[in-house]
Amino acid sequence: MSNLLEVNDLTKTFDVKDGKLKALDGISLKLGKGETLGLVGESGCGKSTLARTLLMLEKPDAGTVRFDGTDPFALRGKQLLAWRRRVQMVFQDPYGSLNSRMTAGQIIAEPWKTHKHMYANSRDRAARVRELLHLVGLRPSDADRYPQEFSGGQRQRLGIARALALQPDVIICDEPVSALDLSVQAQVLNLLNDLQRQLQVSYVFISHDLSVVRHVADRVAVMYLGRVVEQGPTEAVFERPKHPYTAALMSAAPKLHQADRGERILLKGEIPSPLNPPSGCRFRTRCWKATDICASAAPPLVQDPESKDHGAECHHPMESPRQLALA
Amino acid sequence: MSALSVQDLTVDIETPNGPLRAVNGVGFEAEQGETLALLGESGCGKSMTAQAIVGLLEPIASVTQGSVTLNGTDLVKASRRKRRQMAGPELAIVFQDALTALNPVYTVGTQLAEPFRIHRRMSAKEARGEAIELMRRVGIPHPDKRVDAFPHQFSGGMRQRLLIAMAVALNPTVLLADEPTTALDVTVQAQIMALLKDLRAEREMAVVLITHDLALVAEEADKVAVMYAGHVVETGPVSEVFGDPGHPYTKGLLDSVPVHVARGEELASIGGTPPDLASIPSGCVYQARCPLARQKCRDERPQLKATQGQRKAACHFTEEV
Repeated sequence: MSNLLEVNDLTKTFDVKDGKLKALDGISLKLGKGETLGLVGESGCGKSTLARTLLMLEKPDAGTVRFDGTDPFALRGKQLLAWRRRVQMVFQDPYGSLNSRMTAGQIIAEPWKTHKHMYANSRDRAARVRELLHLVGLRPSDADRYPQEFSGGQRQRLGIARALALQPDVIICDEPVSALDLSVQAQVLNLLNDLQRQLQVSYVFISHDLSVVRHVADRVAVMYLGRVVEQGPTEAVFERPKHPYTAALMSAAPKLHQADRGERILLKGEIPSPLNPPSGCRFRTRCWKATDICASAAPPLVQDPESKDHGAECHHPMESPRQLALA
Repeated sequence: MSALSVQDLTVDIETPNGPLRAVNGVGFEAEQGETLALLGESGCGKSMTAQAIVGLLEPIASVTQGSVTLNGTDLVKASRRKRRQMAGPELAIVFQDALTALNPVYTVGTQLAEPFRIHRRMSAKEARGEAIELMRRVGIPHPDKRVDAFPHQFSGGMRQRLLIAMAVALNPTVLLADEPTTALDVTVQAQIMALLKDLRAEREMAVVLITHDLALVAEEADKVAVMYAGHVVETGPVSEVFGDPGHPYTKGLLDSVPVHVARGEELASIGGTPPDLASIPSGCVYQARCPLARQKCRDERPQLKATQGQRKAACHFTEEV
């Protein structure tokens, strides 16, 4: 599968009061057409900065983004506008991300004010709004209602309809179901899945919920302090985590079924400040396998022998599938 | 005898359009050294139940019926003075949002010393020593230095540890934990839950864990009470309730968890949304979303009744679930 989106060695540093905050430190990723890439990591790992960079809301300091072969950061004018149409976003908060003074119909149609060429006249636009509402499982008559008249799950459907209005190739979903109740979460995940099948849209799916990521993603990238420490096909990463952080993250997530519970790895401490990340391997301060080399040298990329596409950056990768040596 | 016994607890909220019943006849029992989970989705009344138990309801809400018995005292009828005496040594609560639960203008040492000053009448110096000891117990590094720091100087996980420290300071009989880890990252959540478990065993507390997370309940709780629209719809030992649910809502929730569902495969979901408190139907509260609903469910509200062993479910057709 050719890659729709390729990110190479992306770096982004913010100047803050206390120094330089390296939010992204050499990120490389790829995403195929109609694929879902899951981005996993704890708060402060840089996943939102990465999402913002992919949307061109942040300009990287170094590294390249290739979207369908072109560098969006080199585009100007009409070409840039055309590119912006192709990458859209669904936000976490279905309350804050919809303007309460606009009707559902106006919210969905608003992107067309910028992208005027898409629909010739207001009748076409109104018809398309109804189609989109239907597509996301709302009623065409809902076009005249205001966001506050909808439930959280319905609002998230509305946010998805808005993202779809420009017929994007990629939708960046930033924690799209974490504000929703479990029973409603499943409805929205099913919708995203159906839409992908129908429209061949690709998703970058940011989530802290590993069971959700495992269900929706084809590939997973695990981030820690501005770096992708492990990535690969979802099942390979979940079945055979190579990086101790991935293993710890998976073991820390509560499991519904007894059979899925292994011995829990309790990590020491918390994620260090990105202002002053540890030398060498940035996970070493919490890692039970850390040795002297982890402090002195950046860890090498280790490939999973069973899956060529799956690798992790670690001096002491996990060997057996569930080698859960305790700290 | 149970450490905490809640019977028929009912909470009404005053609104311009008349009272809304947020908690409707809720009952459960928590035993010493055990964790009882109150499980439910947003708006089901689980937090309101906790607030009613500890006496921290907003002024517009009030307990209109029922009892909360702790060490032989009914908290609903108790005087404010009696409640104050019990807050700390007998009953304590850990909130979800540790930053707003801590006072930003006092050092954590001052706040942690407060229970010892008030209830045990310790000197400032003695209480400070106790505060440092507590900080050490909940795993805060360098407690003798950090005791003079302010809440904003701690990370989210450390703040949650401080709240837990404050709650367990006087060895309460019952500890309520209202979504104590929802705001935290999963590796920190695991640390906090491990700490709570240790403290529960060490101090023989009864823990009431309020959460929406089924997996957390499965791992941490002994018993569960599932709430929906202000009602307890099912209760019993966690392994039994989750292994073979007796209420269609419990089953719907369990089926909605995306585990062991292949990529791209349809997830089971519960259609519709929970009812608005203002328009709870007569009959069963779950009827609008229930696959088993029929005329009897519209006519008659099912009561929580024993099904097998310690289990109870509020469903007319529990054997069909």
